[in-house]
Amino acid sequence: MPKYAALIYSVEGDASPEEWAAVMAEYNEFGEKAGAAGVIVGGEALEDTHTATTVNVDGKGGQIHTTDGPFAETKEALGGFYLLDCKDLDEAIHWAAQIPGAWHGRVEVRPLIDFSQDG
Amino acid sequence: MTLDEVLRQEGGQVLATLVRLTGDIGLAEDALQEAVIVAHARWTDDRMPDNPAAWLTTTARNKALDRIRREARRTGKEREAVALLDQQLADEPNEPTDMLRLVFTCCHPALSQEAQIALALRTLCGMTTTEIAAAFLVQDATMGQRISRAKKKIATAQIPYRVPEDHELPDRLPAALEVLYLVFTTGHHATEGSLDSRVDLAAEAIRLCRMLADLMPDEAEVRGLLALMLASHARRLARVATDGSMVLLADQDRSLWDRVMIDEAAVLVERSLRQRAAGEYRIQAAIACLHGLAPSYDETDWEQIVELYRLLERVKPTPVVRVNRAVAEAEVIGPERGLELLEGVSGLDSWHLFWSTRADLLRRLDRTESAARAYQRALECQMNDSDRAFLERRLAETTS
Repeated sequence: MPKYAALIYSVEGDASPEEWAAVMAEYNEFGEKAGAAGVIVGGEALEDTHTATTVNVDGKGGQIHTTDGPFAETKEALGGFYLLDCKDLDEAIHWAAQIPGAWHGRVEVRPLIDFSQDG
Repeated sequence: MTLDEVLRQEGGQVLATLVRLTGDIGLAEDALQEAVIVAHARWTDDRMPDNPAAWLTTTARNKALDRIRREARRTGKEREAVALLDQQLADEPNEPTDMLRLVFTCCHPALSQEAQIALALRTLCGMTTTEIAAAFLVQDATMGQRISRAKKKIATAQIPYRVPEDHELPDRLPAALEVLYLVFTTGHHATEGSLDSRVDLAAEAIRLCRMLADLMPDEAEVRGLLALMLASHARRLARVATDGSMVLLADQDRSLWDRVMIDEAAVLVERSLRQRAAGEYRIQAAIACLHGLAPSYDETDWEQIVELYRLLERVKPTPVVRVNRAVAEAEVIGPERGLELLEGVSGLDSWHLFWSTRADLLRRLDRTESAARAYQRALECQMNDSDRAFLERRLAETTS
């Protein structure tokens, strides 16, 4: 069976707790339905783009450049992703800089939302 | 010492220790704030703790522990959180490297440079958001958001709180030094008001750089930057005339220069130039010291300064360096040579000192019409009141 990535784009903003709860309820509803149908292989929610760091390397093994913020060019398109389990941002940048996309294009590093931290 | 003085001088160190203990800049700041409120209520001029900084650290640490307990209880994770903090509290308090860790966290390349500067001033120098906003000519709310976003990114993306390892320093140290130097230049040459209206910011940058130099005694560029700051700051009292206008180096009253600072800078430069290939800050410090040690403008060792600017341009080929080199070469070879070097410069059209340099060279060649046009271009740029007053007078002299 073919596999697909469903990439979610949305407007960022300061949602009120009520708005946030309503959206989460919708996601839970989708999760239950698609989960029961057995189509969800995996998925994560990302922190907002203010927490993003863009990594770019001057050729394999070259100088690493880091920039605050998301990757926001229109020429390159999202081509794939890895989920990295690292102890901190420095380790994540260290590995991101070794992904070929870091010299053929850019790699944006963004933390996942850790729902276990919420009260 | 008053509470304010303690906070000014040791607040950064106390905060840095609290960040290490709690692992959270926001929590550390809040806890310190609470401890300061307690201190305000309890301390009096004749009843101060023996070691005020240690008192603040302990009180703030207990406040942080209270808060973590409260929040952990709410989320049912109390045992885990308290066990973690108790273990961390066993560490020695107030390690000197705490401050260094905080410098590198604030100057992490995953933060924008604007955010790095704001965070450094907020956390390391204890400046308020309002003070920082005023220094960088932005609204309070804008600066507040910049700082809170940076703190959120540090917490959420988990920017580590540690001193980079030796092999990482070549990438990380220049970024940190650049932040310190930007803080210094913003204070040394204010962008509005009187030229010296933010000189307090320059003094803060010197304090931070001195601390960095103590903590990293093997890094020659750190001492180079400190020397550069000292040699420039030494001239602070001679740079503005009684009418508020800027005074050129050539016209400054050298008896107003701070000899102690110049001598300290000269010793640092002499020591640091012996090490390895010279870096940009050491070269600029050497130039600043040659000016500082010259008995008069005419007795300045311009030939040596030209050599140093040529070297600097090889290390750091920027248009601004080219303009400075043009000024120096004009002194040795002549104003024509200065103009020739300015011909190749681009990208500085909105920098008043580019136009005023060009104007001065033209004036010296008696090309008064061209000079007047260049002064006019300079006056169209954004600048502080002292520079504007000086340039307006020069324009009037040139056209009369």
